[in-house]
Amino acid sequence: MKTKPFLMFVMPSLIMMIIFIAGPLLLVIVQSFQLTQNVFERVEQENCTPFGCTTEVKTIPVLDENGRAISETKWVGLANYRSLLDFGNVRKAFSAGGRGLDDVTDIAFWGALRFTLMFTLLTLPLVIGVGLLLAFTINAIAQNLRGPIIFVTLLPFIITPIIGALSIRWLFIGDGILTAQLERFTGQNISLFAQGWTIELLMYFYRVWHVAPFAFVIFYAALQTVQSAQIEAARIDGASRWDIIRSVIIPHLMPLIVFVSLIHLMDTYRVFDEIIGFRAEAFRTSLQWLTFDFLTPDDTGNRSIGRASASAILIMVGIVALLIAPLRNTWKEHNQR
Amino acid sequence: MENKLFRLPLSLRITTWTIISIWVVIATFPLLWLLVMSFKLPLDAFDANPFVVIFGPNTNNLAGGISILTVLLALAAGYILLTAFANREAILERFSSTSEGTSPWVVVGVYLGFVVVGALTFMFVIPLLSQLFKTILGGIPLIKWLVQPVMGLTTQHYQEVWFNNGFYKQFLNTMFVTVGVVSISLTIGTLAAYGLARTRTPWAFWILIAALIFRALPQSTLVTGYLPSFIEWGLYGKRFAVIVVLVAINQPFTIWMLRSFFMNIPAALDEAALVDGCNRLQAFWNVIMPIMWPGVITTGLFSFLLAYNDYLVAALLLDGETRTMVPAIISYFNRETTLTDQLEAIAAAASITFPLFLLVLFFQKQIVSGLTQGAVKG
Repeated sequence: MKTKPFLMFVMPSLIMMIIFIAGPLLLVIVQSFQLTQNVFERVEQENCTPFGCTTEVKTIPVLDENGRAISETKWVGLANYRSLLDFGNVRKAFSAGGRGLDDVTDIAFWGALRFTLMFTLLTLPLVIGVGLLLAFTINAIAQNLRGPIIFVTLLPFIITPIIGALSIRWLFIGDGILTAQLERFTGQNISLFAQGWTIELLMYFYRVWHVAPFAFVIFYAALQTVQSAQIEAARIDGASRWDIIRSVIIPHLMPLIVFVSLIHLMDTYRVFDEIIGFRAEAFRTSLQWLTFDFLTPDDTGNRSIGRASASAILIMVGIVALLIAPLRNTWKEHNQR
Repeated sequence: MENKLFRLPLSLRITTWTIISIWVVIATFPLLWLLVMSFKLPLDAFDANPFVVIFGPNTNNLAGGISILTVLLALAAGYILLTAFANREAILERFSSTSEGTSPWVVVGVYLGFVVVGALTFMFVIPLLSQLFKTILGGIPLIKWLVQPVMGLTTQHYQEVWFNNGFYKQFLNTMFVTVGVVSISLTIGTLAAYGLARTRTPWAFWILIAALIFRALPQSTLVTGYLPSFIEWGLYGKRFAVIVVLVAINQPFTIWMLRSFFMNIPAALDEAALVDGCNRLQAFWNVIMPIMWPGVITTGLFSFLLAYNDYLVAALLLDGETRTMVPAIISYFNRETTLTDQLEAIAAAASITFPLFLLVLFFQKQIVSGLTQGAVKG
């Protein structure tokens, strides 16, 4: 195809992506250096009671003719970043009397970063492991039973993430059915939503439950393309079942294990729905939740766009760091062609 | 891989089935429990004894229940429907003309037929039949127990949610948004993917790489960019604003997936059409699209899921009347003060899940092929 018809075909999609993805990205960069605030004015108010008059000074928002608060936007340089990263308190945490890392993770941004990274890295091997296990076991059963079992397996993957998280939360919340059984079994009073680490464990569980089916489908499809001649040859050479898995099947699956890992890293780094579904925000937050929270109007109806932008930029720095290695590989492959 | 090569010894077969059984329980239990609870009164639904939750004695006494005969009827109806559905190829063949193969509209029609028949059976036919049997058999001493209600079941939470709380409004909003997102992103995505699959310009590589980076962006980053301008231009709370945003977020994924489907269609086909005097657009529309439908349907499914499951964008850009289902549920359970409120949230959650359940039932093959397509070619 020549360049001109190519551009005609691509144009609508390209315009869409430029206006609604690249555009907002640039805006976010600009906004992260700005602060938008309502304009306030100081008004002297005289309160008169039968016992005399007092004057008090009040700050009230300035309204325009429609009664909406007027806001102004100022350039503030790195102030948004500074207030997010809060280096002052970080330094204090490591100086005498501070509790070190414990204090650092009490700062919203660093706590969210800690959770997001741990969540991403700890669920990865679990997802790959459960995915492989399911692929191997389901591949070993009779053909006509596989359909229904794959159907059941797809359910946790396809369900609305927030509803999935809620459905697991409901099993454990308060005296939920599984908590009740656990309590009966251990004879102790258990409340899984009263402290951070139990919620965190449930979130790990949910994520593996939700993503392992995806890994399974990919690995299962790849297992169908293993050459049976290769396995037969290995078997004639005296390889045991385990040898075959290790030196024939796993190498065959390796590119897909890398693929699933990459997708998982990308998706899990954006962890957000779990925080809402498990209502974990009092104990655990993630980077994307932080941005969401800044964007949600507070009690006075203000959104901290500036700080949301700064946190969005910091998330993107992480994404770029994550993607640099695979992108470099693609670039190399592209040049070789 | 042939089974003969992998004939397992007994010990391994037992291990395999143990693992699969455990997984089946883990995969379905949270969802099944959600469903069971949604049909019970609070007294039963939050009981610590699982049998009380399942059989609902209090619900049975206070709000009625179903008899053993009804359960048997429902099981039989479910079995018949599923068997008919498993043999849907035969039904499809009967409805399609012999020469042209099955058109997508016939497939849609037959699937809709299944939904309608299923809904009618479970909502009207079975309740009517069991009422009928109850009046006929209720007086006969020895088989009376068959028709007496034993398992508590009430639909009052669903009625409360859908009619009194106006959940149907949120349902319509979600439908509006998802239909918009799917149709727009497929239209512009198919065009772009076709261009990208058939060109040799170096631009294509860069567009695809940019799309890959865009795919990795968190949605909140983009919404941060939109929000101030949307509020300023009065687009806040408008459903089409959400459609546009979701289409843009979805576009990178859509073009990657559709492109890999187009790559599977030999380019010789378009060239033949061009030689025969078609222009590019005619070749695309008359020659390539007719064999592209499976790919378009598969990609459409994933666009649907993205729009249907979205919380973040809808929660930040919509409010009040225009809100979609998922954010609405979260607000339900933010005010969950009484146990009945909680059960209404649970009934709403079950209602959201049901269409997804049908989606997997109908399109299992396409979902699996879509997932592997992206992996193998992407």
